[in-house]
Amino acid sequence: MSEALSALNGAFHKGAVTVEDIGPQGMITLRGNLADETLMAAVKQATGADVPALRKITHAGPCSVAWMSPDELLILLPYGDVTAALDVLNAAMAGSHFLAVNVSDARALFRLTGKPAAVREVIAKLAPADLSADAFAPGDIRRSRMAQVAAAFWLPEEGVAQVVCFRSVAQYAFDVLATSAQAGPVGYFR
Amino acid sequence: MSTRLTSGGRLLNKGKPLRFTFNGKNFKGYEGDTLASALLANDQMLVGRSFKYHRPRGIVASGAEEPNALVGLGRDGRFEPNQRVTTTELFDGLDSESQNHWPSLEFDVGVVNNYAARFLPAGFYYKTFMAPRAAWKHLFEPIVRQSAGLGKVPRDRDVDTYEHFYAYVDVLVVGGGVAGLQAARVAAQSGAKVLVLEQTAHWGGRAPVDGGEVDGKPVADWVDQTVSDLRNLPNVTLRNRCMASGVYDHGYVLGYERLTDHAPQAQGPRHRLWRIRAGQIITATGAIERPLSFAGNDIPGVMLAGALRDYVVNYGVSVGDRTVVVTNNDDAYRTAIALKQAGMMVPAILDARPTGGGALAEEARALGIRVETGKGIAKVHGGKRVTGVSVCLQAGEGAALETIACDAVAMSGGWSPVVHLWSHCGGKLIWDDAHAMFRPDPDKAPTGADGKGFVVTAGAASGAMQLADVMADATAAGNKVAGLSTDTPAVPATPEAAMQAVWLMPQGANAKLKMKSWLDYQNDVKVSDVQLAAREGYESVEHTKRYTTLGMATDQGKLSNINGLAILSDALDQPIPQTGTTTFRPPYTPISMGAIAGEARGEIFQPLRRTPMHDWHDTQKADWEPVGHWRRPFSYPRTGESVEQSVSREILQVRNSVGMLDASTLGKIIVKGPDAGKFMDLMYTNMMSTLKPGKCRYGLMCSENGFLMDDGVVARIDDDTFLCHTTTGGADRIHAHMEEWLQTEWWDMQVYTANVTEQYAQIAVVGPNARKVLEKLGGMDVSKEALAFMEWADGELAGIKVRIYRISFSGELSYEIAVDAGHGQALWDKIAAAGAEFNIMPYGTEALHVLRAEKGFIMIGDETDGTVIPQDLGLNWAISKKKEDFIGKRGQQRSHMTDPNRWKLVGLETLDGSVLPDGAYASAAGSNENGQRNMQGRVTSTYYSPTLGKGIAMGLVLNGPDRMGEVIEFPKTDGTIIKARICDPVFYDKDGEKQNV
Repeated sequence: MSEALSALNGAFHKGAVTVEDIGPQGMITLRGNLADETLMAAVKQATGADVPALRKITHAGPCSVAWMSPDELLILLPYGDVTAALDVLNAAMAGSHFLAVNVSDARALFRLTGKPAAVREVIAKLAPADLSADAFAPGDIRRSRMAQVAAAFWLPEEGVAQVVCFRSVAQYAFDVLATSAQAGPVGYFR
Repeated sequence: MSTRLTSGGRLLNKGKPLRFTFNGKNFKGYEGDTLASALLANDQMLVGRSFKYHRPRGIVASGAEEPNALVGLGRDGRFEPNQRVTTTELFDGLDSESQNHWPSLEFDVGVVNNYAARFLPAGFYYKTFMAPRAAWKHLFEPIVRQSAGLGKVPRDRDVDTYEHFYAYVDVLVVGGGVAGLQAARVAAQSGAKVLVLEQTAHWGGRAPVDGGEVDGKPVADWVDQTVSDLRNLPNVTLRNRCMASGVYDHGYVLGYERLTDHAPQAQGPRHRLWRIRAGQIITATGAIERPLSFAGNDIPGVMLAGALRDYVVNYGVSVGDRTVVVTNNDDAYRTAIALKQAGMMVPAILDARPTGGGALAEEARALGIRVETGKGIAKVHGGKRVTGVSVCLQAGEGAALETIACDAVAMSGGWSPVVHLWSHCGGKLIWDDAHAMFRPDPDKAPTGADGKGFVVTAGAASGAMQLADVMADATAAGNKVAGLSTDTPAVPATPEAAMQAVWLMPQGANAKLKMKSWLDYQNDVKVSDVQLAAREGYESVEHTKRYTTLGMATDQGKLSNINGLAILSDALDQPIPQTGTTTFRPPYTPISMGAIAGEARGEIFQPLRRTPMHDWHDTQKADWEPVGHWRRPFSYPRTGESVEQSVSREILQVRNSVGMLDASTLGKIIVKGPDAGKFMDLMYTNMMSTLKPGKCRYGLMCSENGFLMDDGVVARIDDDTFLCHTTTGGADRIHAHMEEWLQTEWWDMQVYTANVTEQYAQIAVVGPNARKVLEKLGGMDVSKEALAFMEWADGELAGIKVRIYRISFSGELSYEIAVDAGHGQALWDKIAAAGAEFNIMPYGTEALHVLRAEKGFIMIGDETDGTVIPQDLGLNWAISKKKEDFIGKRGQQRSHMTDPNRWKLVGLETLDGSVLPDGAYASAAGSNENGQRNMQGRVTSTYYSPTLGKGIAMGLVLNGPDRMGEVIEFPKTDGTIIKARICDPVFYDKDGEKQNV
């Protein structure tokens, strides 16, 4: 089988805040009752991570689980592990009502790296969310937009942000992030 | 002469001279100057011509309220018209030019309007240009366009960049004067996150010019100390050169930050639009001085008293050697005192109040200044600048008592709080008779979702006009938003005598004087115009505004509104509060289009959606077609080929051998759950629950009203799961439609949906040789037996995991291959290579459309337009009669929907083989009640069919299916008529043998 290509195939913008395409990233959309113990156990079994609370993201090793809506999670995992993880989920939740589907290729994922305040400002120029440290910290996720396209973002650690958007608009999302980074700091976050 | 003084100028850095030009003349200024102060320092009093009469105009103010001094700034990609010189900071190399003059500023032929002023009264445009109608376009408009207009439109692309920034704060303080700083300092003590915006480059507002003491030190020192203290607080952010332009619902505020206007060579964005959410807003926006209405109050050299003082104190600029001060309040005495202290002459202070002023008046007298009480200006002498004033009794009619030679007039009609931001979102005003001003009514603040006020005013913006009152009010504002009870700093009281409202000077001015007494400088509205409007029956201030254009210019009446409505009230013989104000709307002052657009320009003006094979299409020089935000190849013209030729080539290749299509944009929605079948039966008009896993079915979706809104092939994946294909434009809309029904109406159904459109690249391999191409790739059985028409199967092709749907939108043997998007280009390449021996080639959307039209397949958006139901299109076979319900069923039972006279789908073939124009109507006998020709049908799709070698079309025709063979006429826009025969819409392979092999 050919090597999977991410939408921008490793695009890179170097600057005070670096913007890069992370490359192929496994992603599963899971819809179901997030309070259901079977679902919680299945997610734990598939990823090692707990089901996140409202607007939170949990991490375990290479896997993350992000809250998307009251009945939807986004599971992030290595690209090659998706089929196995879907099998685990389908088996663990067999008989209950849920939907688990591979969306790895439907998305693009970017990583922003730089000084913590600078990374926050790059996003705060594009997303109508409160990016201040007391409102948004590692462990939080926002499902919002980047300028004119839907996007979600979180901070794996201070100084690093990840942004996920739809694949077809990957170039646009990368370009607005790079433009925002290129324009320099606002000097608002400290 | 206006000139630079040897001393003074607290904002200047005289060690840093700057060069700039005005109308090509070279001038010198200093760092810290505004363009206004620098022009005055170079004796450039005349800066523009008025809008209507082209009268000479000079600088009147020193801030955002300036109505006259607008210039074109910069060159080429940095040119911008209508820039206020009073808010333009000087920089080295600044280029400026005056506006609204022809042929030159010094000599303007339009000034003839001045002498014809009595022919240009209020409502002139309405009265003159009503008739004859044609005269507007051919006669009036060209003349008006020549003589009116403010500034030139930039011709070049803006070379600067812009951006937005979202900020969330507990308290937003608008204004960095003493009130704003004090309110911020108090509010910050609670730990609240505070953002302070100041529109100018300096902190402290007017206070350092006007003087006074706070906490035992000069107010300027207090400002420096407070700014320094605030900067050190972690919860406070100060931004200067940032104007709050509007307050909106839910504490939303737009801030307009001018980052490099004062330093155009600096890196980074020029403007930044702050999009702020604030819990509480404190507007410490200060006050604006009002002009007095006397004859000749627009002659260059007549300025607001506070502005004249600003130029002396802040910039060391004297507007004239001899300045007459005319006032109705004590504050203007400060100007006289400042001028005298700077060594200039003040021949007289004309105080309209019979009793004169208080302590400040005493101070002025002590300095030897002549003070005349109960006096005013009858008339200002001069043309392009002031030469003198005639003094009169304020109580009289304007008889000149004496003439005083002077070269500047400092006028003050009192101060109006800047209530704009308070009012934007519904804050109410009350009339304060003592100060003759509208001020915010603290009990009627703009309210938020909780019903409580979210805007508080502070300082002069509240109507507090003296330093002690300002500081007390600002402290109270800070305490209010923060829930604290901080003490007010100590400010020695400086009692002032009461002001007296003066709306016309002299109060009994005759008609001739009133015709030269300006209210609105920028739009040339005079006292006589407002009075005329009142005489003509205009009572509402909003109507009068539009009739006279009072306050409608780019300054939005910052100087003129109160004076204008006072004149109107007087003419209507009613109190001012009864007249009320016009509506205050954002922005406070104009903001740049660039700031509004932010980063959205060039490549990122709008998102462009790309399929996984987009770049490949681009290298093939595809002729692109926008489809929503996608770009799809319309066709792939080869060298020397026209688009028409390439479309025909692509169609014939598909019909005769094999073609390939990037169908990735088609919507793909997964529907899963125990109730999925039930849900699908409701969403689609036909029966979907009976579809067997492994099979596909074409389905229709209707709106609640029964109108056809989308179509596509549904595949049943397993008992619980369906995959719905939608049109390209329908993917997001149909997904939202499904979710809306599930979340709002059928929340008890156990169904989940997921939009997986972008997970897959989808490649259609189409044509008689399609199977051979796939067989060459190998990996799965694609024979008729293993994968029959309208079936799907999972497998591998050339080692790539795929799902193949045997569905056809062309009538040919066709495989639509879904592959994970990350492998899309790889599979595309392999198909192209394997198909080479069959001359496989990509085809675009136009070939796709012609192929489907030859087969009589409908297209959403062509055959449908939101008013068409499936029955109109002969799709009754796809509407289940067995189902109890589906969305649109009841709509389709309404009498109008079952009307046998609804136009119905047919094929149309022209008698001469030509192509019908798209959208053409078929005419019928007679005309309707509007005198229009009756119609009996219209063309919905029309193409040249290379397969059949003639034009083919589909259309909706009255009783069409019953009129096969009948010839109807389509008049064209050139007056000729095309005749077409009604026929079956399926032009090619009616029995469907070719797709079913």
